[in-house]
Amino acid sequence: MHFGPHLLLATLEGLVTSAVLALTALGLSLVFGVMRVVNVAHGEFFMLGAVLAWAITTAISGHPALGFLAALVIAPLIVGAIALVAERLVLRRLNYNPEATIVATIGMLYIIQQLALTFYGPEARPVEPPFSYRILLPWFGYSGYKLSIIAASALLLIATWLVLTRTKIGLIMRATQYDSETAQAFGIPVGRVYGGVFALGAMLAAIAAVLIVPISQAHYLMGQDPLLLSFIVVIIGGLGSLRGTVVAAVLIGLSDGIISMFFSPTLAKIIATLLVAMVLVFRPQGLFGTAAR
Amino acid sequence: MSEASPAKAYALHLGVIVLLFVLSFLLPDYYHGLLARIMVLAVFAMGYNMLFGYVGLLSLGHAMFFGAGLYGAGLAIIQLGWSVPAAFAAGLACGAALALIIGLLALRTTGVAFMIVTMMFAQVFYLAILYFAAWTGGDQGQVVPQPARVLTFGATSLDLTNPTMRYMTALGLFSLVLLITLAVVRSSYGRVLVAIRENEERTRMLGYDTFSNKLAAVVVSGTICAASGAAYALLFGYVGSSFASVQYSILPLLWVLLGGAATTLGPLIGTLFMYYVIDLTSGYTSAYLLIVGIALILLVLFFPKGILGTIRQRWLGWLP
Repeated sequence: MHFGPHLLLATLEGLVTSAVLALTALGLSLVFGVMRVVNVAHGEFFMLGAVLAWAITTAISGHPALGFLAALVIAPLIVGAIALVAERLVLRRLNYNPEATIVATIGMLYIIQQLALTFYGPEARPVEPPFSYRILLPWFGYSGYKLSIIAASALLLIATWLVLTRTKIGLIMRATQYDSETAQAFGIPVGRVYGGVFALGAMLAAIAAVLIVPISQAHYLMGQDPLLLSFIVVIIGGLGSLRGTVVAAVLIGLSDGIISMFFSPTLAKIIATLLVAMVLVFRPQGLFGTAAR
Repeated sequence: MSEASPAKAYALHLGVIVLLFVLSFLLPDYYHGLLARIMVLAVFAMGYNMLFGYVGLLSLGHAMFFGAGLYGAGLAIIQLGWSVPAAFAAGLACGAALALIIGLLALRTTGVAFMIVTMMFAQVFYLAILYFAAWTGGDQGQVVPQPARVLTFGATSLDLTNPTMRYMTALGLFSLVLLITLAVVRSSYGRVLVAIRENEERTRMLGYDTFSNKLAAVVVSGTICAASGAAYALLFGYVGSSFASVQYSILPLLWVLLGGAATTLGPLIGTLFMYYVIDLTSGYTSAYLLIVGIALILLVLFFPKGILGTIRQRWLGWLP
């Protein structure tokens, strides 16, 4: 294969990564933006989504699309419910203190990971894609399913944006993010908003995982990389900024796809992590974000 | 904690050291080896406590300082063939230098950003170990050969692989670091650190240079953690990348939270307790991470001051 098609392939792969990453990171960013909570267990919600997708698709016989669609609806709902319970039982009692919640979500990370290992096992298990149509390009065939991931992710991102900017729920969420005390004084049930946002963040991660699992397999340790990449995206995009998150996800996803195709993936990770740490040190508001209030 | 007589505090600490010394002759083999390991790791926890407990800086990347000591000492022996004291010094130097650089960068941030930045630097350190696998042995790790782990002073030679010798060396390092921590905490420098934890703005207003005080604390903390890592490499003879992974950044946090942040003996008690719980439950389940997770959540929810912190608050106000 020549350099041009090679680059096109890397770009497509990068876009798929970006699409999934944008959803996952958006969940992390919403939780941080509204609640000021750094959710270290976010990657585990991602992993739970994938593992549940495997469980649901194996439970439902018939055409693979049927099981997949069921997983796409049910898995995020279950993950959202788990996140809601965790929020009510733990985070709320900690008064959303940033340091205590980080320690608590680290605890959640270990609990979820270990339970997944105990009940799901250490194997990586595949999920059949809902359809297996290949788009034939002049140089190589490309999975139609992968392209549909990009489309689905774009739709979900637009939907989230519309909810945030055009609906009453979005207004309430933004008010809580802007100033939770004033929001409370105006009769907004801040506690319930926090619970809903935490569940929503986890659900976004779960949806992203269900989308990616037909091409990457479900494994109990699969939450680690998305967590780190989401952190990177959220930091570069500016903590709590939706537009920045999406731009950064595309940037990171593309460069990850292209760099790891031409160089060592470990080296790519080292450079990316180091760069991001430097961004956080020298430009804490992110590349696209505005200064924190 | 200042109204207490210093004699009482020193007596307590010396008592603990004597107790550990006596235990060396009483414990069965298995617990003897375990306690040696716990003492080395308690040094790691004490280093962590220096920064987290007294300065209030929550780092999620201390595994890199432990790793710097571990690899600094281990590779000096394996790759360069240095003697034990030189290798130990190399480990300390690596840890101190790394802590200085990380401190200069990470201390520009505060709060949540500090945690994430330290975590990311630690991740870079961890990935670098994997990347330079030709030198470090990657995720397989390397064994420090037994003949190299012998201290020689002229005619006498001390074999660090001998269980009793290993226990005594661990105890020596532990005692030294414990007394250093106690001295630092009681000194005026220690008071400044606590003042920074309680109210950094006010401390600065009183004329203290908070940045260089914090930087010094990062370096001291990093060096102590590196000492623990170097000792681990020399005493237990294994150098592996898992010791630099995120998990080893979380464990000292857990030990310190459990034992009691900002107490001098808390790190030992936390490490001991956690090891004991894991050892106890390992008969029923291999899911020790589950216990770590539950312990973390229960601690922050119901026991934020830890064991010794609670004891100090309720009964023994003079505990350092």
